[in-house]
Amino acid sequence: MSDGDARAIATDRAGGASEPVLTREDRASLLRFMLLMRAAEERGLRLYKQGKVPGSFYDGRGQEAISVGSSFALAPEDRMCILHRDLGAHFVRGVSPERYLANYMGRSGGVTGGKDGNLHFGDPELGCVGMVSMLPDMAPVATGMALAMKMRGERRVAMTYFGEGSTANGQWHEAMNMAGIHRLPVVFVLENNGYAYSTPNELEFAADPVERAESYGFHGVKVDGNDVEAVFEASVEASERARGGGGPTLIGCRTMRMHGHGAHDDMSYVPDGVLESWERRDPIDRYRRHLADHHGFSEQELDEVATAVTEQVAEDARRALDSPMPEPSLASEGLYAEAFRPLGDGVAPWSRWAERKPLRPVNGNGRSPSSEASVSRSAA
Amino acid sequence: MSPEATGIAPEEAPSQTTPAQPTHPGGSREMTYLEAISDALREEMRRDEAVFCIGEDIGAFGGAFKVTDGFAEEFGAARVLDAPLAENAIIGAAVGAAVEGMRPVCEMQFSDFIACGFDQLVNVAAKLHYRQGLAAPMVVRLPSGGGFSGGPFHSQNPEAWLLQAPGLKVVAPGSPADAKGLLTAAIRDANPVCFLEHKGLYRYLREPVPEGEYVVELGKAQMIREGDELTVIAYGSAVGLATQAVDELEADATVLDLRSLAPLDTEAVLEAARRTGKVLVAHEATRTCGVGAEIAAIVSELAFEHLDAPVRRLTAPNLPIPFSPPLEQAVLPQLADMKEACRELLDY
Ligand SMILES: Cc1ncc(C[n+]2csc(CCOP(=O)(O)OP(=O)(O)O)c2C)c(N)n1
Ligand SMILES: [Mg+2]
Repeated sequence: MSDGDARAIATDRAGGASEPVLTREDRASLLRFMLLMRAAEERGLRLYKQGKVPGSFYDGRGQEAISVGSSFALAPEDRMCILHRDLGAHFVRGVSPERYLANYMGRSGGVTGGKDGNLHFGDPELGCVGMVSMLPDMAPVATGMALAMKMRGERRVAMTYFGEGSTANGQWHEAMNMAGIHRLPVVFVLENNGYAYSTPNELEFAADPVERAESYGFHGVKVDGNDVEAVFEASVEASERARGGGGPTLIGCRTMRMHGHGAHDDMSYVPDGVLESWERRDPIDRYRRHLADHHGFSEQELDEVATAVTEQVAEDARRALDSPMPEPSLASEGLYAEAFRPLGDGVAPWSRWAERKPLRPVNGNGRSPSSEASVSRSAA
Repeated sequence: MSPEATGIAPEEAPSQTTPAQPTHPGGSREMTYLEAISDALREEMRRDEAVFCIGEDIGAFGGAFKVTDGFAEEFGAARVLDAPLAENAIIGAAVGAAVEGMRPVCEMQFSDFIACGFDQLVNVAAKLHYRQGLAAPMVVRLPSGGGFSGGPFHSQNPEAWLLQAPGLKVVAPGSPADAKGLLTAAIRDANPVCFLEHKGLYRYLREPVPEGEYVVELGKAQMIREGDELTVIAYGSAVGLATQAVDELEADATVLDLRSLAPLDTEAVLEAARRTGKVLVAHEATRTCGVGAEIAAIVSELAFEHLDAPVRRLTAPNLPIPFSPPLEQAVLPQLADMKEACRELLDY
């Protein structure tokens, strides 16, 4: 998709606003969130190597453009299920590096307060349902959120991710099929990073999963997963299609997992030269160059963004390390919910969302249950 | 498989009545167990726009057992959503819709098929609040149980599978009134609730059921018979069997209907065990690590000094449910087995 198409769609849907799709500040934000993901994960890996992370450590190095570019398209009322290579999406939606690092260390200040580890979290206050380990279990869940949105006639979108390896699981088919049948407002972001743990693409599928989208009755598009604006544009197009009743989209992002499956994995199964060639396509370096060459960013400006990120992560890591371990008594709390509490809205840093009409009725229009009603229902 | 095809519970089956439920200001009407389930669903769908049903063949066809018969006409196809044959998608989508503020009621065509949706149930739904503080108010209806040559895949009682997944609530009504009241409570609960409805009771049990809003609190057992010599602890289809057995034996026995398996009414179990000193736990589900095993352990841990006999279990043995009638009858607990188990304990 060209810049022009994306602008036309965004302008149209935003109710005639004529600002460009991405302002200069938006572009700086995209770079900043990618840098933030990389720096926070590097810091997490160091904490792991220092023995401060119980269990194991996973990161999404080399895949930063995907979670940042896709989540940047979303409005506050949209919903996400964020996966294990997608830390950038958590940051875009408002989770701090401090809470991420504290979660890895099992601290009380982590998003789950110590109940679950690594990237198995989602902040309900920020409109995210935390992933489970089983893949791709969040695909049916995101489909269900989209079902609720469609039933209530809202112009909202659910977005979720999965790796190419997870497309082999039957639940992937179940979710695609259900989303296709009802033309649900859901955006599926597929990250083909070459491997499922150690298993290469050749042993994962005979037909590219993106090409299966058509057989489920909806759009599949392929984008360069190391180009943050390409991912963003595809995500804008997909989410606008969903809002307009045009159904799901499967966005296939080609990328490379630049680290092992987890920190314990030496990647000995990756042929020589592969990582080196992908290194030259690093999404962050590329975007920096792009901003300098095409959008007039000075080296000094770009350095300032990077320095601010480094400082933020250092400060957040200090605070995460100060966060106490949870009280053991927490282990026996919270099995059951006393009452229903609706998900909160996420942060939507894209300038488009700064001034606009909400995507769902404020007081409910018949089908939209208000949160008070839900709470009193449960209490009854 | 339709009810006709399975021959389950023909309309003319003899009706059996359980003792009167608490009177209800709205009056009551004779309903079968199946009608009571429909009634609860209908009432809740009328009361709350967020409640919707999702399952296979539940819309135009009204469900394999006709629980949602006429619902599509009244509520529209979107709220009685025919799902493709995809149990994980049904339950996973229900989780997503629930966290978005809807109140989904999933129907498994037969409880056996929960095995195909198990991952979403135990890994996503059950753990969601514990891990993330996020409530998923949803119900999974599970037509369960045997006795009609459903064979190994249409007769199972999956409660022990479910009870091993902390975070789920599990209820198993043994009467029409409880079926209505527990389903209403399940729909209003903020957690995933598995609702085991015994197919053999669908058209076999009939009694006056409160009309309008009727809620039976989850986690509360009910005394069906009160006596001092023996306690039979049962749920689901075993409740009627236990009641009939102690009545025919004219035994001075307590029959306790658990109604909820998670949370379990441990207080009521212990009260009855301490008072009577002899406990029989009866259920149609298989034996190993079943509800009977759990209750026997609780009673021996917490009421040991009050016992006059070992806690006994009447259950199906650890076998699949076979198809042919004589084989099936050999596996499922029968009235004669119940009477014998009661007699043995009374004579102990
Ligand atoms: C159903 C299931 N089986 C096995 C695993 C263990 N496992 C965790 S990640 C992974 C590989 C996933 O590959 P892919 O979907 O490509 O995602 P990636 O990690 O490459 O982003 C495996 C096998 C799992 N999480 N879920
Ligand atoms: Mg992969």
